[in-house]
Amino acid sequence: MNWLANTLTSSIGKKLLMALTGICFCTFLSVHLAGNLTLLSGSTMFNSYAAHLHSLGVLLKVAEWGMLLLAAIHILTGLTLFYQNWRARPQSYELKKRAGGRTLGSATMPYTGILLLAFVIMHLLNFHFVDKSQTTIYAIVAAAFAKPIYVVLYVAAMIVAAIHVSHGFWSAFQTIGANHPKYMPLIKIISLAFALAVGFGFGILPIYISMGA
Amino acid sequence: MSKHINLTLKVWRQKNQKEKGHFETISAPDISTEMSFLEMLDVVNEKLTLAGKEPIAFDHDCREGICGMCGAVVNGRPHGALKGTTLCQLHMRHFNDGDTIAIEPFRAMAFKIIKDLTVDRSAFDKIIQAGGYISVNAGGAQDANALPVPQDKAELAMDAAQCIGCGACVAACPNAAAMLFVSAKVSQFALLPQGRPEAARRAIAMVREMDRQGFGNCTNEAECEAECPKQISITNIARLNREFFKASFGSAVK
Repeated sequence: MNWLANTLTSSIGKKLLMALTGICFCTFLSVHLAGNLTLLSGSTMFNSYAAHLHSLGVLLKVAEWGMLLLAAIHILTGLTLFYQNWRARPQSYELKKRAGGRTLGSATMPYTGILLLAFVIMHLLNFHFVDKSQTTIYAIVAAAFAKPIYVVLYVAAMIVAAIHVSHGFWSAFQTIGANHPKYMPLIKIISLAFALAVGFGFGILPIYISMGA
Repeated sequence: MSKHINLTLKVWRQKNQKEKGHFETISAPDISTEMSFLEMLDVVNEKLTLAGKEPIAFDHDCREGICGMCGAVVNGRPHGALKGTTLCQLHMRHFNDGDTIAIEPFRAMAFKIIKDLTVDRSAFDKIIQAGGYISVNAGGAQDANALPVPQDKAELAMDAAQCIGCGACVAACPNAAAMLFVSAKVSQFALLPQGRPEAARRAIAMVREMDRQGFGNCTNEAECEAECPKQISITNIARLNREFFKASFGSAVK
């Protein structure tokens, strides 16, 4: 299995790991967003969605551990790439201008990624690792977003997520080699649309809840 | 109409690889706008030499834009801001009287500075030696139509083969990655039947050598294709990725 280790630790192999885990996270974001949008229909709908999700039982546990593994791969590989790319140019330019290839998303990938890691930890502490025996999940969400600081933090985090995804989505396709003259323009449009959906979809929820509360 | 302009150069001066470099301000008066950028440097160097000073060391060879030898970062852009040209094909008519021009060498860990603006790009040679060729048995040339090549494939291979190995992609890349170069060198063979027999071995060997030379990792910033004097497309990078995955997961090459 030496060949597999050689492949995955090569520069392109590491990018493949980033792309595949990244696409998994995009899929997760879609499902998570669809579920969270039930908040717009009120507490009953949201609590029922949560109850249905938790009725998956062991499947949910498998998904959680799977996500943790994907996150570990994405974060460790990403940090390795960040370090190696920083090291690849020991002396930076005194004057460097962009030629038009770089975007806000592509230029900030490692930084938005690290911010998102911090956000995910906060998010899990807010809503996952809490005592849910005496209350409903909607009550926890409503209580959290009654505090303006959380509304600001969550909306800001969603803007960061949108920026990260705006480059990550199309970049994943380029990395796995799916650059095709017919489909690439569409993939780039979907990438932008997905970023906007993540930003607005998740971003309006804290504002909506805080106004309703 | 010939016109003359006065310029101020801020040139990176560095005695050798070990010493710390710095910007030196050199005035370049009365420069003809019909000169190329390198001819302008020639004129400046002549004056420096006559004044008993050290001339600016810079890479150059054919001065026709086809050899890949010249190159420096001019005002923050490899080969200057003009699209699709090497530094030797950048003419002084693109500058204005009174301009200050910053000139730096290509910077990357894999490209060591030799002196001033000259950099050692032998890392590219090492990558080519690892697999950037096809093996052909000597003998009589075979019939031209024995290996059919579709016209569109031939065009794509020729587009990739335009790469002159100047290193502007590495210089432009925020990560100092050499993926555009390697992808062009892999693509020009991968697209043609003559390149297929060794395709798997080539893709793996060239990528490994690229990593060994200390280039960064591609993060699809697309700065390389914007700065490439031969306007090589990053679709070649996607092809390199495909070739690498095919070779790694689908071939017997280890």
